[in-house]
Amino acid sequence: MSEEMERDDRVFVIGEEVGYYQGAYKVTQGLLERFGERRVVDAPIAEAGFAGLAVGAAMVGLRPIVEFMTWNFSLVAFDQIVNNAAKMHQMSAGQLRVPVVFRGPNASARQVAAQHSHAVEPFYCNVPGLRVVYPSTPRDAKGLLKTAIRDDSPVVFLEGETLYGLQGDVPEPEADELIPFGSAKLVREGHHVTVVSFGRPMPMLTKLADELEREGISLELIDARSLRPLDTATIVASVKKTNRCVVVHEHWPYGGPGAEIVDCVQREAFDYLDAPILRASNLDVPMPYALELENEVIVGPERVRAALRQVLYLD
Amino acid sequence: MAQVVGLPRLSPTMEEGTLTRWAKREGDDIAVDDLIAEVETDKATMEWRAFDRTVLLKILVAEGATVAPDTPVAIFGGRGEDISSLLSPVQSADSTREAPPPAKKAEQPAQQPTGRVPASPSVRRLARERGVDLHAVQGSGPGGRIVQRDMERLALQPSGTENAPLAGARADRSEVSASTARPAPVAVPLSSMRRTIARRLVESKQNVPHFYLSADVRVDALLSTRQELNALLAEKNEKISLNDMLIRVCASALRRVPSVNASFTDDAILQHQVIDISVAVALPDGLVTPVVRDADKKGLLEIAREVRELAAQARQKKLKPEQMSGGTFSISNLGMYGVDEFAAVINPPEGAIVAVGAVREVPALRDNELRTERCLRLTLSCDHRVVDGAAGAEWLAAARQLIESPLQLML
Amino acid sequence: MGNSQHELQPMYRTMYLIRRFEEEAARAYSLGKIGGFLHLYIGQEAVAVGAEAAIEKTDYVITSYRDHGVALARGSSARSVMSELFGKDTGLVRGLGGSMHLFDAEHRVLGGHAIVGGQLPLAAGVAFRARYMQERDVTLCFLGDGATNIGGFHEGLSLAGLWKLPVVFVCENNRYSMGTPLNRTTPLADLTLKAAGYGLASDRFDGHDVLTVRDRMRAAVERARDGGGPTLVEVLTYRFRGHSMSDPGKYRTAEELEDFKRTADPCALARKQLLTSGVAEELLSALEQEVETEVMDAVRFAEESAPASRSSLDAFVYAGSSGH
Repeated sequence: MSEEMERDDRVFVIGEEVGYYQGAYKVTQGLLERFGERRVVDAPIAEAGFAGLAVGAAMVGLRPIVEFMTWNFSLVAFDQIVNNAAKMHQMSAGQLRVPVVFRGPNASARQVAAQHSHAVEPFYCNVPGLRVVYPSTPRDAKGLLKTAIRDDSPVVFLEGETLYGLQGDVPEPEADELIPFGSAKLVREGHHVTVVSFGRPMPMLTKLADELEREGISLELIDARSLRPLDTATIVASVKKTNRCVVVHEHWPYGGPGAEIVDCVQREAFDYLDAPILRASNLDVPMPYALELENEVIVGPERVRAALRQVLYLD
Repeated sequence: MAQVVGLPRLSPTMEEGTLTRWAKREGDDIAVDDLIAEVETDKATMEWRAFDRTVLLKILVAEGATVAPDTPVAIFGGRGEDISSLLSPVQSADSTREAPPPAKKAEQPAQQPTGRVPASPSVRRLARERGVDLHAVQGSGPGGRIVQRDMERLALQPSGTENAPLAGARADRSEVSASTARPAPVAVPLSSMRRTIARRLVESKQNVPHFYLSADVRVDALLSTRQELNALLAEKNEKISLNDMLIRVCASALRRVPSVNASFTDDAILQHQVIDISVAVALPDGLVTPVVRDADKKGLLEIAREVRELAAQARQKKLKPEQMSGGTFSISNLGMYGVDEFAAVINPPEGAIVAVGAVREVPALRDNELRTERCLRLTLSCDHRVVDGAAGAEWLAAARQLIESPLQLML
Repeated sequence: MGNSQHELQPMYRTMYLIRRFEEEAARAYSLGKIGGFLHLYIGQEAVAVGAEAAIEKTDYVITSYRDHGVALARGSSARSVMSELFGKDTGLVRGLGGSMHLFDAEHRVLGGHAIVGGQLPLAAGVAFRARYMQERDVTLCFLGDGATNIGGFHEGLSLAGLWKLPVVFVCENNRYSMGTPLNRTTPLADLTLKAAGYGLASDRFDGHDVLTVRDRMRAAVERARDGGGPTLVEVLTYRFRGHSMSDPGKYRTAEELEDFKRTADPCALARKQLLTSGVAEELLSALEQEVETEVMDAVRFAEESAPASRSSLDAFVYAGSSGH
């Protein structure tokens, strides 16, 4: 963010606690000192207000980054994102552009129960006019965020609440590495089954792939990372190779990008499928508080293993 | 007037044919009796020749495709005719082997490959690409679904794009093997002959109640007679084999015990009035059974020549269907492979088959004297619906007598 | 003829243009040439026209779905607006928006917005840019009385007040939020009381006299331009037609409507003022004839224009990257 703010004066950050508090998750740490109150704007608790304000500012040429303390709170700004940000370019027949980035942590933060544990990607992926990305590594987060800030369309940028602790190499500022939207990442090559996921489950899947490798099962792991636009070509090519596909996602199972991936695979790789495409996802219930129950709801390695055994006809 | 032409029925038992070669190209003129295509049927590669003068306007089935008789394979007509109206219904029609066979075949006892086979989409694609009949594949997936590993087990041809089969899924599913580097089986596509053999033998073993009778017969006399005969034939550069003599033996024994020369039908036992011996001939990709007609009436030399000629034709796949059908009894000999004894599967609708083992030396006590004798083992497989144990034993006894006193063959 | 009469004449022309334009739009709607919703501005013309007279061409205007009057007052052509209502490719937004979504970037019309109150935070954002870039443009945001109960209103006012943004919120109180009279939707008779909660200045006046509107608006606009912060203005007005074309208007009496038409028709009022100030009837008739021609030309143009294009469907979903 700071590289992009350095680069373009029209870029500013607005959200709750982004300035003096240094960010609820410290994502905006140090920005206030560097760029001042003009460009690091602490907003009152009024998501619809400051999200809408950002859209209005973007309509007339600024490039706001809106931080939602969590994406759960975006639901009170849903109208601004869906009805205003996403539609303005189309409703004005291209006269106006809305280069705004909405970002924040997504999905359960562990034991915060039903209202604070939303995985919002299904809501926003269903809206033409929005782009939706969900990186799972520091490098992808940086490259995709830079692309998002420079994009002239509104971008929903999802960050895994429990991925903030991940450490990893990121390119130096001089590298100015941008990761284009609509490009999935082949995390690991394999030949028995294609596993497609995005966001939070990725580290779990990398670990699982190691374990399964030792058991003689070779996973081809794809991080979709850009959900809209979706890189169907990479996914379909992989399934044509492995003939099997399991989609792993943390959003609820009814619809959403997980189901979209299944749909695209069955359409474009139908003749290559040796088994039904399965999904491993959260259980279809609101998130409970108790740790044991929460662990039961959130998709974990056992649920993924079960799906893999099924598509490999090992049961 | 252009018309869609179906695959002709080129043999009485033909249930499908593989278009191995088109002899004409689209746009070629066809004269009466011109070769149009070669079709591999269950029995042989047949020539499809023209009855009328016409023009080959359109080929509907590619070389290598296997289709049922009457399936549209080409459009004939006048040069330059518009065939677009004929094309669409034909091309949308299901011309694969999954189409039910024509109704005329209903009286055939064969199990017809009908109905939808549960198979994964990738298996269907592989089957299409490789011409595999999924009806012949056992599915191991849920509900009998044929999945890729079933195809891999079938030893299908690995094409470069296919990945190695999943280790552990193949043999022991409870324990996934650590090694994934083992070579995949080599796949050999099913030929039409292979499919026919598979189908007919399954049919025989499932429907025909087999029982088996074995007996050792002394062949010293037969072999010395053969030696003498071959010495006589040496200058003609001809030879009589042990098998040729045994064909004649079988025929004579059948004449003596006609109840073994019979076929079972639902309404009656058919006592054959002719003795036509089917002779199993091994080929690289299967086996065929050309028939020596009226073997009881033919001399040994005649039989020897005929068998040699039939075997040569079989190897060139030039046997005509009528040369391979209508036998009343079969003989199968694996003696030359050193097999001591075996039991053969009856070739329906015949009532029995005799399996011939290798000649071996055995100690024998004759006139209080121990000496070696040469003998071989005959095993008669009988259809119990036609041949009872006593009849079979009677036939074996007759055969033994003929073999041990071969001069009777001259009578 | 006084100075203000000089200015009144073109304002009357615009008001009359809006009046005639909408009458013809209503006719076209009844003939099935216009689809969806059609919210008419008839009776409220003095507000848009008076406000327009109080701002600069470089200022921004954003409004609700009752937006024809605002667009025409800003300078959008009758042809392009009528074509949009007809769903034609020559429409302001190529037939993608229709009646409720008029956008005209050239005239700084930032849209008709159809979710009640949704445009208030947007207006705060447009004004935020002026402050951010230290520019002097002012944003005018129109809303109806019904919008003062929804969250967007409060959050928009809250942020504008907090950061003293150069925006004027113009609440056109036409006394009915759709079919429900004001006293059944809010306990306040005076909506400007809501401004105090967010530290906004406020003003409240009758909106039938276009010159009054202009003068009172001018004060609010100048306050915003000079860094004095935002104002909530309540303009008391009355719509002579239903909420939309599908509204039978059963919630008010014919007498009430007739009374307003007789005493508070902004067009009639302005015309009378012009005549009183000595403008010749012939001159006004000529001006009205000119408007008549313009409106009928717009209808014909809309009728004859090519239909909305299939290619517009995909063209404006995403703006692409900014090409840095």
